[in-house]
Amino acid sequence: MKARVHVTLKDGVLDPQGKAIHRALETLGFAGVRDARQGKVIDLELDGADESDARQQVDRMCRQLLANTVIEDYTIEFV
Amino acid sequence: MKAVLVLFPGTNRETDMADALRRAGADVVTAWHRDRELPAADLVVLPGGFSHGDYLRCGAMAARAPVMAAIVESAGRGVPVLGVCNGFQILIEAGLLPGALLRNAGLRFVCRTVRLRLERRCRLSGHLEAGDIIRVPVAHGDGNYFADRNLAARLEDEDRVVFRYVPNGRGTGNPNGSTGDIAGILNRAGNVLGMMPHPEDATGPRQQSRDALPFFQGIVDSLS
Repeated sequence: MKARVHVTLKDGVLDPQGKAIHRALETLGFAGVRDARQGKVIDLELDGADESDARQQVDRMCRQLLANTVIEDYTIEFV
Repeated sequence: MKAVLVLFPGTNRETDMADALRRAGADVVTAWHRDRELPAADLVVLPGGFSHGDYLRCGAMAARAPVMAAIVESAGRGVPVLGVCNGFQILIEAGLLPGALLRNAGLRFVCRTVRLRLERRCRLSGHLEAGDIIRVPVAHGDGNYFADRNLAARLEDEDRVVFRYVPNGRGTGNPNGSTGDIAGILNRAGNVLGMMPHPEDATGPRQQSRDALPFFQGIVDSLS
């Protein structure tokens, strides 16, 4: 089973990398981009077949290591 | 007085830190990140560097190393703990200090001398007095201390901001965009101090200042 974890900065947390990407897009002439935020994707290959067990386990992984919940949100999807 | 330096793969400021502590009269021993116990010591120091290559988030891997349980236990017993730069990042990731350290607001790695004001005396402020301004280098890419409004208010109310960047001729003097110009904070119990600047590199010959020597001398004296 494959799980994909998306880690993104919470709203209100300054994202200078996202700002730099936003500026670069404007420089390239892409109009109408209101904001850009950069995050991370972490793919996990997991043993087992039970998605609800896996979700609980990955949720624990997120809280203990993969995300810093002071500044980051995370979502888990199975792919 | 004995200080233990805790080393992680990628720590690189341990020699400077050991030199500063020895200049101030301390005996220095080291512990490795895989150790489950710390040698008996009066002070635990997490020096700077790039532990585990700064992968995932600065300090994230180190904060989950086996030695951290012993550090948390020592801190809980009231043993003074000092974390500098990556050491500060590790203490935050381990939950010993609140908030987060983000990428510098200007995105650049900053390596220069800053001016720091001691905001309050504490167990880890040595011979410095409140209001003293010292010149100390910074060298970091992720030193932008982030505290949301509630945490920032709490840190001020509880008088836990120990060091703040002050103007250095031009601008705010803040090299990274940190909340409230914060450079170093204390835990609630008052025995864990984390700071981004490198006081160990302002203590001796061939360094740009020796302003931080009284910081280390006072810490060593108070624990001897």
